[in-house]
Amino acid sequence: MTTTGVRADARIVARADGRGGTALPVLDGEGPLALRRIRSSGAETRVMVVGAMSGPLGGDRFALTARVERGARLHVGSAAATLALPGQAHGEARYDVRLDVADDAELHWLPEQLISAHGSDLYVTTRAELAAGARLVLREEQVLGRAGEEPGRLTSRLTVRVAGRTVLDQELSYGPGAPGGWDGPAVLAGCRAVGQLVVVRPEFADHPAEARVLGECAALIPLAGPAVLVSAVAPDALQLRRLLDESLAGLTRTAP
Amino acid sequence: MHLDHTHDGPTAVSADAHRRDGSRRALRIGLGGPVGSGKTATVAALCRALRDELSLAVVTNDIYTREDAEFLLREAVLPPERITAVETGACPHTAIRDDISANLEAVEDLEDAVGPLDLILVESGGDNLTATFSKGLVDAQIFVIDVAGGDDIPRKGGPGVTTADLLVVNKTDLAPYVGSDLARMAADARTQRAGLPVVFQSLRGETGVADVAAWLRERLVAWSA
Amino acid sequence: MSRAALLVLADGRFPAGGHAHSGGAEAAVKAGRITSAAGLEDFCRGRLHTAGLVAGALAAAAVLGVDPRQLDAAADARTPSPALRSAARRLGRQLLRAARAAWPSPELDALGVQFPKGAHQPVVLGVAARSAGLAPEDAAYCAAYESVSGPATATVRLLSLDPFDATGVLARLAPELDRVADRAVAAARRALDEGVDALPAASGPLLEVAAEWHAAWPVRLFAS
Repeated sequence: MTTTGVRADARIVARADGRGGTALPVLDGEGPLALRRIRSSGAETRVMVVGAMSGPLGGDRFALTARVERGARLHVGSAAATLALPGQAHGEARYDVRLDVADDAELHWLPEQLISAHGSDLYVTTRAELAAGARLVLREEQVLGRAGEEPGRLTSRLTVRVAGRTVLDQELSYGPGAPGGWDGPAVLAGCRAVGQLVVVRPEFADHPAEARVLGECAALIPLAGPAVLVSAVAPDALQLRRLLDESLAGLTRTAP
Repeated sequence: MHLDHTHDGPTAVSADAHRRDGSRRALRIGLGGPVGSGKTATVAALCRALRDELSLAVVTNDIYTREDAEFLLREAVLPPERITAVETGACPHTAIRDDISANLEAVEDLEDAVGPLDLILVESGGDNLTATFSKGLVDAQIFVIDVAGGDDIPRKGGPGVTTADLLVVNKTDLAPYVGSDLARMAADARTQRAGLPVVFQSLRGETGVADVAAWLRERLVAWSA
Repeated sequence: MSRAALLVLADGRFPAGGHAHSGGAEAAVKAGRITSAAGLEDFCRGRLHTAGLVAGALAAAAVLGVDPRQLDAAADARTPSPALRSAARRLGRQLLRAARAAWPSPELDALGVQFPKGAHQPVVLGVAARSAGLAPEDAAYCAAYESVSGPATATVRLLSLDPFDATGVLARLAPELDRVADRAVAAARRALDEGVDALPAASGPLLEVAAEWHAAWPVRLFAS
């Protein structure tokens, strides 16, 4: 029986190739964080996280960094949902994502859901650092337990900084051992899927989006900075995704 | 009646007679009284009677936050930027007496936004006979009852009836229909109020709100003196 | 200074505007998520460990002397809902008025000048506690308690809940209030060295979302 889990690191650097496209001078990841370049469309280059095994398990340490340099456009997705599972190694698993987006660069960070399986214990942090002229679309979805399963312990901290100023700092914590009330009417009210969609655009500084209520369990809200957050709680992953997709489509339609 | 503090820098004294820039602030008059006695109708009539001669604004404190404000807006008695609704958490009397902080914010914001103002009417949400305004919020208060609420209300007294600077007995036109004895109400009010003024009014009558408006003009003269 | 100042500051009758705010309880009641004392307890427990913890840490950090501007920006980042940010600033301004009458101090005056539209309420609460000579623990307790006492009082009015049951809920939450206040103060001390990123950012998604829903109602009893 091992006492330490797996370490996995992945790095992406996206750079304008000078011909209107985006090159990937660094695309470095293996094992659970294996990366693959897939078709590109126009200026945007696409990367898929194709985790070769499920994880993270207890004790694992995953880290993924992506840097999008001036003028580059990067889209990152994942081939499948990330499944947090209990491992042989005891203790919390960690998954740290660091995203850096330069002026005049754009990142779409749209991974599949993070599923917290029964008995797992995962602390995930996502930190996005944006220059004043950077653009970002970031989606995070947490699903508590596989179908009909009690969730594990999951804590997720999401920090978005624009031009050195924190516009969103939010930590969500669920499951057995989480601080009390996580399943109650102030937090989840029994729902099993939670999502955040963050859109940062320099134009929001002068033309902030209007707050919009999307039913009693979801809202589009302008943050204190050039960003909006769609925050949604839903009974399941499917309904959550539909809400977030519709919100993103609405934002894209009204793009200045 | 009002506390007339000198003003040394930004202070937190609520009844201060001056604004931050040192100018004299508006006279603040509270209107309270039971549900349905005609407070909002009186406020609307006062706005129509005084808006051409004075710079006016209104703060409402309703149970359902915006109902009274929306009535005044619908009636278009003042431009919308001169009407503010204070949300009272189901307790309008708390907002005018025990914790006046939200109302003070509202009257100060109105003076900052549309001032200078001569007069701000602060209307309480319909409450009970014990609801009175804090002297930290208003300089004088009007208590509005009506003849249909029972002609024994002046006799029963209570803080509003006995201590308000002006007692208004409203809807006198209804007295014959509800069997209220106006003479008895007047006599009881005199006994309870130790010389404080009482106005009998019917907003449907010819004089309408004229007596209350005249009383307000007197207060304003005293305030600006 | 006197520890008893905490009783004045934490008194539900302290005239700082809290009575008109339900802390999200009005929306939760309307959505059918609070229907009883048990539902109120679940709601309060969730609010305590999220908004209550964050407010406690902000208030404690303000007592320790962390720059109110940084704390206010940290509060903004931890409060996505514009309706909640606006309510927090209005309550901050109302609290500042009451605190300046109770414990006049140059720091409270400066806060009024820095934030003419109001700073986030927990930041003002911390500076008020500091002006009253209170400790970071006191401010953290006060903020954490307010995070549950407001919804409890509001629910008594909204559901005509038995006030003894509501008070029982608050009493049962007391041990958790202790733990939240401890965590808040520990985080505030870290923030002194590491900056405001060290402050907790616990969030209740439904609190934020429902606050926007509530703000859009044409008719409501509570301001938030």
